[in-house]
Amino acid sequence: MTANSHTHHEPSYLEVKPRKGIWNWLLSTDHKRIGLLYLYSILIFFAVGALLGLSMKLELIAPGETIMGAQTYNGFFTLHGIIMIFLIVIPGLPAVFGNFFLPLMIGADDVAFPKLNLLSWYIYILGALIAISSQFMGSGPPDTGWTFYAPYSFQTNTNMLPAVTGAFVLGFSSILTGLNFIVTMHRMRAPGMNWMKMPLFPWTLYGTAWIQILATPIVGITLLMIVAERLFQIGFFDPALGGDPILYQHLFWIYSHPAVYIMILPAMGAISEVIPVFARKTIFGYKALIISTMAIAFVGYFVWGHHMFTSGMSGEALVSFSLLTFLVAIPSAIKVFNWISTIYKGAIHLEPPFYWALSFIFVFMIGGLSGLVLGSLATNVHVHDTNFVVAHFHYIVFGGTGFAFMAALHYWFPKIWGRMYDKAWANIGWLTFFIGFNALYFPMFYLGIIGMPRRYYDYLPEYHGPNILSSLGAIVMIAGLLIIITNLVRSTKSGEKAEADPWNGKTLEWKTTSPPPLENFDKQPVVDKGPYEY
Amino acid sequence: MEQHTQHVDEHYDHIGSKMGMWLFIFTELILFGGLFIVYSVYRFMHPTAFHLAAEELDVAIGTINTVILLISSATIAMSITAMQQRKKKLCLGFMFATIFLGLVFLVNKYFEWKVKFEHGHYPGSDTLHELGHGDTLFYGLYFFMTGLHALHIVVGLIIIGFVVRYVINDKVNPERFALLENGGLYWHLVDVIWIFLFPLFYLIH
Amino acid sequence: MSKDDQHITSYKTISLVLLGLLFFTFLTVAITRVELGPYNTSAAMIIAGLKAALVLVYFMHLKFDQKVFGIMVIFVLLVFLAVIVVTFFDYLYR
Repeated sequence: MTANSHTHHEPSYLEVKPRKGIWNWLLSTDHKRIGLLYLYSILIFFAVGALLGLSMKLELIAPGETIMGAQTYNGFFTLHGIIMIFLIVIPGLPAVFGNFFLPLMIGADDVAFPKLNLLSWYIYILGALIAISSQFMGSGPPDTGWTFYAPYSFQTNTNMLPAVTGAFVLGFSSILTGLNFIVTMHRMRAPGMNWMKMPLFPWTLYGTAWIQILATPIVGITLLMIVAERLFQIGFFDPALGGDPILYQHLFWIYSHPAVYIMILPAMGAISEVIPVFARKTIFGYKALIISTMAIAFVGYFVWGHHMFTSGMSGEALVSFSLLTFLVAIPSAIKVFNWISTIYKGAIHLEPPFYWALSFIFVFMIGGLSGLVLGSLATNVHVHDTNFVVAHFHYIVFGGTGFAFMAALHYWFPKIWGRMYDKAWANIGWLTFFIGFNALYFPMFYLGIIGMPRRYYDYLPEYHGPNILSSLGAIVMIAGLLIIITNLVRSTKSGEKAEADPWNGKTLEWKTTSPPPLENFDKQPVVDKGPYEY
Repeated sequence: MEQHTQHVDEHYDHIGSKMGMWLFIFTELILFGGLFIVYSVYRFMHPTAFHLAAEELDVAIGTINTVILLISSATIAMSITAMQQRKKKLCLGFMFATIFLGLVFLVNKYFEWKVKFEHGHYPGSDTLHELGHGDTLFYGLYFFMTGLHALHIVVGLIIIGFVVRYVINDKVNPERFALLENGGLYWHLVDVIWIFLFPLFYLIH
Repeated sequence: MSKDDQHITSYKTISLVLLGLLFFTFLTVAITRVELGPYNTSAAMIIAGLKAALVLVYFMHLKFDQKVFGIMVIFVLLVFLAVIVVTFFDYLYR
C-alpha cells in the first residue's frame, strides 16, 4: 500500500496551513514542525561551526601562520566549541528527533506542553543570537575556549558577557525541552503502553531529560557567578579575592560532563531503533538497554572530576573520580554487546541508516576505548590537553552523536517528508564522510601521544606529517557532508513517494501515514506488545 | 469528513501540569544548590572568618523575615483550600495577604542591605578588602544568594499577581485551578530556600 | 475531571503546620545562642531540614499527591547530596 492509494486520509501536517506563509512555522505549536524548526536552525549553525573547524584545520596544514594568527585561532576554537556544544549536539537529537518522534513513538498527539515547546525554540534562538553577538561587539571575540575557565574568563578583555549569557539562556531552552518530555512520557503514553513497552529512543530521552533538569541549573548558576564576578568583583573564583578557581572547574564540569551524556544517550537510543529494524530481529536485551541507559545517566553525574586530573585536586578525589569513570564504561559496553547480539543471525538489510549505525558502533568503540586511556590517572597526565583529548572527544561527540544523528535522519527521513532519498548517493556520501572523518581525527590520537598540545595555531615541524593527513581528512569529510546534504535536500522535493512503513519498522511512528497527519494518528493506537517484536 | 485545520492544544491535564511545575522547581533547587556547594566549600576553607562575619548580620531582622515568609506560605496554602471550598472572595483575600507579606519581606531586605552598604560591607568595597578573603567571600555569597532569593520573591509576586487576575475573571475556578496550585508551589519553593539561607547566614557560628 | 477526588487541606492542618514551623524557627534561634561547638551547624541544619520537610509534605501537598511526586523529590535530593559528598572528596583531603 502506498500513500497514493488512500481513498481518503487526513491531510499531512505539512499540508495543514492555517496561517500565511512563514507563520505556519513560526507560530506552530505542532511538535513535528517545531522539530523541523530545530533541524533547520541546527543545520545553519552547524554550517558555521563546521566552517570554523575547517579553517582551523587549514591553519594547521603547515607549521607557522598559514591563514590566521594566534588570536583569531583562539577566537575560532572558542566559537567552534560554543556553537557545536551548546547549539548543536546538546539540542541535536532530543530537540529535533525527540520533538518529532517522541509523541509519535508513544502514540500521543503532541507533547504535554505544546506552547512551552515553541517557547523553548524561541529561547534557543535568542540564546544563539546572544552567544554569536559576542563575535561582533566591542572588544573582540571571546578567547577562553568553550569552558570559560576561571580566572581567565573574568580577566580577559574580550566579550565574555554575551558568550556566557548566551550559554545561560540556551540552558533554559534545554531545561524546558527536558521538562516537557518527562511530563509527556509520564502522562501521554498510548493505552496499553506501560513503561516496559516503551521504545528505547523515548527511554533514552527520559534519561537525557532528567540530566537536563538536574545538571543544567548548575552551569546556569556558575555562569551567573561569572557574570557577577565580572560586574561586581565578588570574588567567587578569583584567587586574588580568596576564591578557588578549581571550584569553578568543579561546578562547570558537574554540568558539562553529564552534558556529554545529554549528547550521547539519545544517540544510543536512535541506534537502538535502527539496528533491530535492519536486522529484522527483536532487540537483544531490551531491559538491559534500559537499565544501562539509566545507569549511564546516573553514574555519569558523578564523574566530572576526570576533566580535572591535572588541576590540583586531592589524591583521594583523583582516585574516586578515576574509579567512577571506569564504572561508566560498563553500561556503555553492555549497550554495544546488545547491539552486536541483535545483529547476530539477523536478516540484515544493508540500507543507508544501517551503514550509519554500524559505523556509529565502530567510531563509538574507538572513542570509548580511548576514553579509558584518559580515565586512568597515569596515562591521563601524559595526554592531558593534547590532541589526544581532541580526538577522543570528537570520536565520541561527532562520531557518536553525529553518526547517530545521520542514522536517525536517514532512518526517519521518509516519515518526516513522505519521500525517499536516493540510496546510492546516500551510501556514497556516507562512505566519503566515514573515510574523511577517520583521516581527520585518527592522526590526532597519534599527535597527542607524541606530545602535540591542543588549542595552538602553530606546532613544531616534527608534527607536520600527521597534520597534513588530518587536514586533508577534514576536506574529504566536508565533501562527504555536502554530498549527503545535497542528496537529502533534493529528495525532500523530488524523491520517490514513501510508504507508511518503508523499512518494515514495528514502532508506532510507522503505523501512521508518511508524513503523519496533524494529530499524528487517525485513531488512538492501542499497544499490546513490546516495541520490537519481529 | 471533517478535517482538523487548527492544532488542538486544549487538553487539560491537572496532574501533568503539576508535574511540569515540580520539575521546574527541581531546576530552581539545583540552581540554589550550586550556590550551597560554593557556600559550603568556602565555609570549609575559611571557618573563622565566616563565623565572625555571620555575627555581623542582624538575627532579629532575619528572624522577622523568616516568620513573615512562613506565614505567607500558610496564606497561599489557605487560598487553595478556599478555592476548593468555592469561596472566591476568601481565596483572593489570602492571595492579597501573601502578596502583602512578600512586599514586607522585600522592604525589610532593603533596609537590611542598606545598613550593610553604609558599613561598607558590599562586594568590591575597600572595607571588605581590608577584612580579608573570608569576609569578602562571605559577603559576596550573602549578597548574591539573598539577592537571587529576593529576585525569586519578585518573580513569585508577579506570578501570584497573574493568578489573582485569572481568579477574578474565573479562568482559574474550582474546576481547574492548577495554575493557582502551581503558583503556590513556586511560592513554597521560595520559602524552602529561605529556610536554609536563614540559618546558614544568620545563625551558624 | 479528576477534581472530585482532590484532597482539601483544612485550615486547621495548615495552621498547625505553621505553628510547627514558627516553633522550629524560634527553637533554632535559641539553640544557636547556646554554644554547642561543632554540633551547632548540624543542629541548625537538622532543624532546617525538618522545616523544609513540613513545607514539602503539607504545604506542597506531597502527602496527598500521587506517589511519583514524592519519589522524584527524594531522588533529586539524594542526587544533590551525593554531588556535595563527591565534591568534598576533593576539599576534605586537599
